[in-house]
Amino acid sequence: MATGEIEMLRFATVGSVDDGKSTLIGRLLHDSKSIFEDQLEHVEAVSRRRGDDYVDLALLTDGLRAEREQGITIDVAYRYFATPKRSFVIADCPGHIQYTRNMITGASTADLAILLVDARYGVVEQTRRHSLLVSLLGVPHLVICVNKMDLVDWDEDRFEQIRAQFTEFAGRLELRDVTFIPVSALSGDNVVDRSMHMSWYDGPSLLHHLEHVYIGSDDNLIDVRFPVQYVIRPQRTSHDYRGYAGTVAGGTLRPGDEVVVLPSGFSSTIASIDTADGPQAEATPHRAVTITLSDDIDISRGDMICRPNNRPNVGQDVEAMVCWMDRDATLSARSVYTVKHTTQTARAMVTDLRYHLDINSLHRDESATSLGLNEIGRVALRTTAPLFYDEYRRNRATGSFILIDESSNQTVAAGMLLGPTA
Amino acid sequence: MTTSQLNRLESEAISIIREVAAEFENPVLLFSGGKDSVVMLQLAVMAFHPARVPFPVMHIDTGHNFDDLIEYRDRVVDELGVRLVVASVQESIDAGRVVEQTGPGASRNTLQTVTLLDAISQHGFDAVFGGGRRDEERSRAKERVFSFRDEFGQWDPKNQRPEVWELYNGRHRRGEHFRVFPLSNWTELDIWRFAAERDIELPALYFAHRREVVRRDGMLMAVTPFLELADGEQPFEELVRFRTIGDATCTAAVESSATTIDDVIAETSVARLTERGATRADDRISEAGMEDRKRQGYF
Ligand SMILES: Nc1nc2c(ncn2[C@@H]2O[C@H](COP(=O)(O)OP(=O)(O)O)[C@@H](O)[C@H]2O)c(=O)[nH]1
Repeated sequence: MATGEIEMLRFATVGSVDDGKSTLIGRLLHDSKSIFEDQLEHVEAVSRRRGDDYVDLALLTDGLRAEREQGITIDVAYRYFATPKRSFVIADCPGHIQYTRNMITGASTADLAILLVDARYGVVEQTRRHSLLVSLLGVPHLVICVNKMDLVDWDEDRFEQIRAQFTEFAGRLELRDVTFIPVSALSGDNVVDRSMHMSWYDGPSLLHHLEHVYIGSDDNLIDVRFPVQYVIRPQRTSHDYRGYAGTVAGGTLRPGDEVVVLPSGFSSTIASIDTADGPQAEATPHRAVTITLSDDIDISRGDMICRPNNRPNVGQDVEAMVCWMDRDATLSARSVYTVKHTTQTARAMVTDLRYHLDINSLHRDESATSLGLNEIGRVALRTTAPLFYDEYRRNRATGSFILIDESSNQTVAAGMLLGPTA
Repeated sequence: MTTSQLNRLESEAISIIREVAAEFENPVLLFSGGKDSVVMLQLAVMAFHPARVPFPVMHIDTGHNFDDLIEYRDRVVDELGVRLVVASVQESIDAGRVVEQTGPGASRNTLQTVTLLDAISQHGFDAVFGGGRRDEERSRAKERVFSFRDEFGQWDPKNQRPEVWELYNGRHRRGEHFRVFPLSNWTELDIWRFAAERDIELPALYFAHRREVVRRDGMLMAVTPFLELADGEQPFEELVRFRTIGDATCTAAVESSATTIDDVIAETSVARLTERGATRADDRISEAGMEDRKRQGYF
């Protein structure tokens, strides 16, 4: 039985409390027949126990006990469903400011983000903050679901007003592809099936959009980047096999390609691209493969394989946007952390906090001296070893890093590289 | 230019397995002979090909095993050339570390946690691969791929490390460890598709066979020497298969006529009950059954 070429789409859902995010996900799963009977029975039973006169599909997504008790999403929950066209991974993210770091967790790997807006209130402060994060994290596609259209009499003018409101403010962000869809999560209008109430809307339903949005060009297929993750040297074979295992972070690699290895700068050619299924004719982004080279050169974990005429930035002084994610400590100049970037680990000192970015107003406060939990800012870093990196906007895999506190071992910051320090 | 979904999942899992091998000193892979652990072990073999898997596998043996599961386990381990460590719940009982439950609902399922944690500290394992999938259960849906465990082996769902992009932070102090879940993003169907595509041999229990069962709480429990029958429970024969294989006392069978992997895929595609909902007596204990056990250090 062949799997066919079913594509996978990872999307994050974000919204303020009560915008209807849980209901929307419940509706999506329910109407696409992805809910199992025991899950539905559970939800029906709880709804009955609470005395609701409808089945609260929002209950399908409550994961942890603390969340059920408080009725809010605290941590990212992952959910899975598939249609004949695509298979989907939902990262259901909390919207509250206090859980920004969890939203970043969910959005960092997403191909698409769904942002909910309550039709009655339009674009609010939370919408701005969420859009900024989506833009900062470089999520390639954004869908604005204007929800609760039933409460504004399915009014086209209201929908257009919100679209205009959003478009105006989003001009200051880097959002590549924004789609607006009027929905009612509660009644299911435009979620899976087209709405009977909004004949003025001629776009796709949300699910139709998720199934068809073109994601083929989202990966960087130009800049060949292969961070070496693990060196494979079998002990039992008589011949001298030496393979460099890793996951393609950009471009397409083929046997015969001329390559350069950083930091040594030695050049060679790709002899083979191996997998357990045998040699491959090419390797594209996200594929885990093992590369052998035609020359015997010393390569270890953390090295970067690229093309001679297309190399990443190499440097120890870098500029980056960071989101601070630690509760206990704050980020300030002169602090030292462990930095993890691709397969490389080094130490990094914050040489300067350039500014704190107010995520609601987009104001840059250059007088800031520290960043606290869920705050975003621009920093200059100096690392103990050169990083081989690209601008985050050009490559999410080679442009991202995390900072780790060396005493608590906590992941304290998510970072996006901007380029070398001038 | 996109890679198909199963390729993506395979690559993701392989990459996670290699990262652990590179960053931890003493990893181990939990291998029960259940389908998820078989697939996980296969991915580990693929990750290091043509070299051998650079870490051992461990079976937490409740002693309450189905039929020829042990024989299957030993054969697979032998064929793949990996080292097997067995940690036995019976030994934990004999050593007085845990007390055996009695009565019709008795199960060694929860006792496994003690055996597992004892084995982890005895062998000094710092990373333990588990075959858990986020689609299995609600609290699992929230768990990280690299999931931190404190020195008591406990999971704190409210204090998980943020996990951004595919940059995993496995830093820990001595005595602490990580549970690592390379199959986090796989669904039950993905597991079967992978097995079909690669023609992986799975235990015969996963395919339809005639077996003596009793009906308990709406589930079909296999009649084994380990299952104490309650008053009025009448064993009968039924054509069944298992969707999960755990301890024989808490894993139920489902009625099925699926005899090949393709039959199972067809059946799973239209299944109307979740895997655990249909077959795991241990999850029915309370609304937060799994969350509570996971906090204490369960798989
Ligand atoms: N009238 C109406 N109510 C909705 C709609 N979507 C959600 N709601 C209600 O809004 C409230 C909050 O929804 P919920 O999904 O829990 O919001 P969340 O906090 O964003 O997950 C609940 O009472 C829902 O029933 C909608 O489209 N129309």
